[in-house]
Amino acid sequence: MSDSMSKIIRTTADVMFMFIVVFGFYIVLHGHLTPGGGFQGGAVIATGFILLIVAHKLDDFLGWFKKKAFQNFEMSGLVLFIGTALAAIPLGYLFFRNFLCGTGGLFGQVVPYGINPGFLNTAGTIPIMNIAVGIEVLGGLSIIILYMTSGISNHEEGE
Amino acid sequence: MDILFDNLPGLLIAIPLLGAFLTPLLSRAGDSVRNTWVLIITGLSSVCGLLVASRVLETGTIVYTFGVNTVSNIIPPDSGGIPIRIIFTIDPMNAFMLIIAAIVGFCITLYSVSSMEKLSGKDGFFTLVLLLIAGVYGMIATGDLFNFFVFLEISSLAGAALVAYRIDKGVAAEAGLKYAALSTIGGMLFLVGVGLLFAQYNSLNMAVIADRMQLTGLDIIAFVLFFTALAMKCGAVPMHFWTPDSYAMAPSAITAFLVVSSQASLYALFRVCFTLYGGQINPLTVGWVIIILGILSMFIGVTMAIPQKDVKRLMAYHAVSQTGYMLLGVGVGLAALSSTCLSQSIGIMALKGGLFHIMNHALYKGLLFLTAGVIFYRCGTRNLNQLGGLGHNMKWTMVFFMIGALAIAGIPPFNGFASKLMIYESTFLFNPLLAVIAMVVSILTLASFVKVFHSMFMGPKLPEYEDVKEAPTPMLIAMGILAILVVLFGIFPQQVVDALVAPAASALIDYQGYITAVLGGA
Repeated sequence: MSDSMSKIIRTTADVMFMFIVVFGFYIVLHGHLTPGGGFQGGAVIATGFILLIVAHKLDDFLGWFKKKAFQNFEMSGLVLFIGTALAAIPLGYLFFRNFLCGTGGLFGQVVPYGINPGFLNTAGTIPIMNIAVGIEVLGGLSIIILYMTSGISNHEEGE
Repeated sequence: MDILFDNLPGLLIAIPLLGAFLTPLLSRAGDSVRNTWVLIITGLSSVCGLLVASRVLETGTIVYTFGVNTVSNIIPPDSGGIPIRIIFTIDPMNAFMLIIAAIVGFCITLYSVSSMEKLSGKDGFFTLVLLLIAGVYGMIATGDLFNFFVFLEISSLAGAALVAYRIDKGVAAEAGLKYAALSTIGGMLFLVGVGLLFAQYNSLNMAVIADRMQLTGLDIIAFVLFFTALAMKCGAVPMHFWTPDSYAMAPSAITAFLVVSSQASLYALFRVCFTLYGGQINPLTVGWVIIILGILSMFIGVTMAIPQKDVKRLMAYHAVSQTGYMLLGVGVGLAALSSTCLSQSIGIMALKGGLFHIMNHALYKGLLFLTAGVIFYRCGTRNLNQLGGLGHNMKWTMVFFMIGALAIAGIPPFNGFASKLMIYESTFLFNPLLAVIAMVVSILTLASFVKVFHSMFMGPKLPEYEDVKEAPTPMLIAMGILAILVVLFGIFPQQVVDALVAPAASALIDYQGYITAVLGGA
């Protein structure tokens, strides 16, 4: 893992990375409308990072993205999730109440009855929780892979 | 203020989860900030648990629905007559378990704040501890089979990572892996059982399933799967092989809470037998299966404990043995309640004894594991052959160990005696042989702990432990809380039984009441 792959693979990975991340965020944001959701989208984004790790040198990758950044992603996703759930209590509802649903503001549009193309600005706190889970999963999975690759390189040095 | 009190059951898991997720952030501000934060969070969640329990004991079963406007028992009109939402159902039995988790949860955090001082990776450690606590609260409080599985997995994974926390040349990692693998197998068995029930009854809600239970062939398969999974998770004998490894290798505070986590599985086992399949399964058969598991656990646990040299491994085998008492008590309760020739009071008494033993065991076994942790913290070994003469310098630890050891051996006036006496009395009327085995096991327990006490604390000072110091104050306070409760519960057993155990026992028997509380008499 210590060597980077050929220039073709590196360039392709760099180009693909952007598309994978955009696609991942699409899945996260449309979690309440289409199949998929926070976890799936987060996993797709993480595969983008993993592609970079595989194609480039690990040291190069760590120069672009710090381990701490992924830890921050993971933590902030989790805190956002539980915070959204907890925010219902000061507002006078019970834990996990979808207090944004149908209020007209952020994600608060009411879905008209019948067949429709899908409205992004609906479903209240559910998209927020999807985004939170997406951020958490992209951080968490990337961290797992980073730790595993560090293990491989250490092992190779030891031999 | 009302909204806060209405939300107490939700806060029960919300507080530890929030605490767990913010712990890595606060760790960056330094050790003392993080320790204060973790203590505040566990303190708050324990207060929450105790408040919920006291409310339940005052006003009856609480049904807490997630994600609704206000607390009400009215079933939403769009749900087809059943509460489709995710609920927590807390009746006196759950309240009883919540009290145990609340007390032990606070003590172990207080203890580990001090005992983990010298080690690295503490932000991960405390995050996992809080997740473990949240998982156990969830397992106890939930009224939904699938959520039970989720919380079971949370507590198993957090527990496995914590068992492997002190890598110890890979031995702890192996124990953690074993724990993770077996917990996952247990969890999967449970999940298949849940699937079988969901396919037939279209619901995951325990009360709804209990109400609709037909006891078809598939239900019996599901019952066996639940039974096996939960008996494995609580460490009953044919499936006990993970307990010695993981209890011995986990940091001591974690072991004390893993005992509570096993007991949450034990609670679920009883809930499945009494409520989910309430009145449907043959109580005599299931009762005897539980009794046989109990007898095996008691006897094999204690005989395996006697030759152990590692003090925590020894205690882990005793934990298996004590789980046998709880199974024996509840099994006799189940079998005797259905019997026509025995009076109901025998069954109730056995059931109360078994449940009371759960609480007592959590307290004294927690205390014993914490004292073993002090020994390891100060002396760096758990090998009984290398220890000795510690009583000269570690007086408080010795007193606490003595209290725990006498309680586990069933010596009056400690709490183990109170619950064991209830089990002996009722079991003797049910089947004298069982009572005799139980007493023999108790004597063997005493013998084994006399050996441990002697080889750790008695004798002249050893040169290598010449200037060994007493445990730090937070650890002493944590052990002190448990020790005081052990003594108090032993001196006033009747009050505890009347206030906590009797309502729990009657709630466990009264499956119709559980169903009515959720379905609102529908």
